[in-house]
Amino acid sequence: MSLLEKFAPLNKMRTDLLEYGSLPFGVVTERIISPTIGIVHGRETILAGSNNYLGLTFEPSCIEAAKAALDAEGTGTTGSRMANGTYSTHHALEQELAAFFDRQHALVFTTGFLATMGMVSTLAGRDDVLLIDADSHASIYDGCRLGGAEIIRFRHNDPADLEKRLRRLGERSANTLVVAEGLYSMLGDQPPLEAIVDIKDRYGACLLLDEAHSMGVFGAHGRGLAEALDLEDRVEFVVGTFSKSLGSVGGFCVSNLPELDLIRMAARSYIFTASPAPSVVASTREALKLIATRPELRERLWRNANQLYSGLQESGFQVGPQPSPVVAVFVDQAELAIEWWHQLLDNGIYVNLVIPPATPSTSCLLRCSMSAAHTTEQVNKIVSSFADLRSENRVAGSAV
Amino acid sequence: MATYAECLTIVREVLGEYLEPGQTAGENDALVADLGLSSLQMLELVVEIEDQLDISLPLNQLPDVRTVHEFAQMLESVAGGAQP
Repeated sequence: MSLLEKFAPLNKMRTDLLEYGSLPFGVVTERIISPTIGIVHGRETILAGSNNYLGLTFEPSCIEAAKAALDAEGTGTTGSRMANGTYSTHHALEQELAAFFDRQHALVFTTGFLATMGMVSTLAGRDDVLLIDADSHASIYDGCRLGGAEIIRFRHNDPADLEKRLRRLGERSANTLVVAEGLYSMLGDQPPLEAIVDIKDRYGACLLLDEAHSMGVFGAHGRGLAEALDLEDRVEFVVGTFSKSLGSVGGFCVSNLPELDLIRMAARSYIFTASPAPSVVASTREALKLIATRPELRERLWRNANQLYSGLQESGFQVGPQPSPVVAVFVDQAELAIEWWHQLLDNGIYVNLVIPPATPSTSCLLRCSMSAAHTTEQVNKIVSSFADLRSENRVAGSAV
Repeated sequence: MATYAECLTIVREVLGEYLEPGQTAGENDALVADLGLSSLQMLELVVEIEDQLDISLPLNQLPDVRTVHEFAQMLESVAGGAQP
């Protein structure tokens, strides 16, 4: 059984976690009631770790559009975008995405993970360099592994380190794709995007910005951090997902560079997988309209995010470096983090438990994500449930 | 150009910051299995050595590095023209 021996540490971790009761990873929502409420372990639970930033998963117009697409186009495409899986609605979504982002070209992938992985692995080939932020998402790291380019990390959110590494590359900096994210999903921190853009321009590199967690969150139209900072014209490629602010599943890349269209014939994650189901495409198209036309959703999201961030801070928790719809609470000891995660769930609050090495430091995280659909009362309950954890007078955590 | 011996010295020096008092790094010691470095410590170690040599180590090559000797060898191969 040597093939399977490598799973022994995972099995031990799972066994250890089960000693606390249920497994924190893969929690079953027995019934989903709304964007912010589900039944978990038979109990009504506030969902505070769902990345459902704008709360659009139950939006009536999105549901109606998906139902109509099911009737009109069936349950699935059964084929790749490259073969039989491109319907007129996929094409329309691409045109609408390009218009939304004010770019000339758009490409729709089946998931956000596949979009990022496909773009990173395809844009940078054997003689190129990928210069990625050290805290990049797994889809970026996996794209790096697939592509065959030289992979270099720069210190998280550190433009000086990025510049140093571009300088060391010499002429090769012109063959370099810099990769950063609009909002980092673990700590909810933003990159110093203007400095990053200035540096990559100075060295003639290209930038791919992953706006998975920042689309719908930043910018007057919800296009993300590049829009909010008026840097869109200087960001060559934007990738993102439909599975957060847009409330469905799928991914995309937009660009003004005509070469993006050629990626259709080169990205393995685009070519060798079935295209998004028509119902998913339909609800995504509807949600895209809502992002653009309902800025009050963003306002509500930020109001909730600020309320949670300041509430947890005032309760004495060490939280991420800046307010954002992702609010991470640091807990130094893994045992305490797991215990607290269970106490929160028992109290009707679901958050994400994140354990190293999935965290950017040696601390564990109780990661919350806010939604525009959370009510003030729900956010108050999340804060008070966290505060109750500290009533045992135990040390929480610190950013390391 | 940093020689193998110079690279080895740098690795040992920087490693010293991560080891228990009195613990030393042998050339054939494995960084994780013998010296107990965590993945985060490995990342910090790499960054510190990169700065000392003014080089960037390709992530692609790091999985092949298991021991102090292999780390010094990799540094020697990358640090062409760099002054230690």
